[in-house]
Amino acid sequence: MKQMQRRQFLGTGVTAAAVAAVAGTGLLRAGNAFAGNVAGWPAKAFDAKVLDEAMGDSIGKTDVPVSSKVSLKAPTIAENGGAVPVTIEVDSPMTTDDYISTVWLFVDHNPTPLASQFTFTPACGKAYIQERIKMAKTDNVRVVAKTNKGELMASAPREVKVTIGGCGG
Amino acid sequence: MAEALGNPMIRMPGSAKKGEIVEIRSLIMNPMTTGLQKDKKTGKLIPAHFIQTVTITFNDKPLLDIDWSTAVSSNPYLAFKMRAEESGTLKMVWKDNTNGSWSADSKITVS
Repeated sequence: MKQMQRRQFLGTGVTAAAVAAVAGTGLLRAGNAFAGNVAGWPAKAFDAKVLDEAMGDSIGKTDVPVSSKVSLKAPTIAENGGAVPVTIEVDSPMTTDDYISTVWLFVDHNPTPLASQFTFTPACGKAYIQERIKMAKTDNVRVVAKTNKGELMASAPREVKVTIGGCGG
Repeated sequence: MAEALGNPMIRMPGSAKKGEIVEIRSLIMNPMTTGLQKDKKTGKLIPAHFIQTVTITFNDKPLLDIDWSTAVSSNPYLAFKMRAEESGTLKMVWKDNTNGSWSADSKITVS
């Protein structure tokens, strides 16, 4: 079932009904830019073109309260928008009763705003991630975290001034 | 744009005290193309080619699952943490949208 749902997301621009009708025939694989989507990859949220849609499709909400527990570090100025280092850390005991289960990273005006989704377990010890992302232009980066109890909290948006846009790659 | 693919690497301390939180750093070669950029010579769109999932386990138990978009930089670097509770093997599996799959592992002794 999960596989079916995922496949239904494959063809943006094709109605869900039409996609459902051909799902399983193998036709969907041909001609799609993301032909070989990995099972379970949340295509709908990643394909969303505007922030509200990307947040709705991933988190289920577009308005999340800012909490000082969610830390997002990024440079104030990035000369190369193709590789902007970001560090995410969410304050949590990370015990089996109380841990951060999911973290989403967004770039507000990238062609597809959802950049990454992280699913943590208590064994991580810390809800911590460091990676490098592409930014099309000067923009806000933001993080939303969800606890195992479903509580949502966001970082304050952080503006990164981009000298050379990085969506070429 | 023939680029190296795969060649995953993991850097993790070889030993730790029980309960200590260790940092793990990783790197893999992948173009992470968006599918939105044109080839300057041919004028054709360069197809999207990017890592979509990273699955990280410790002693075969789930530790961290990651879903990536084309907004992650080429040759993706990733650092994360783990609470060292027992000796064992950390395994990472990267999968891209062209059926590419790579794995790497690293051992840690916990005392």
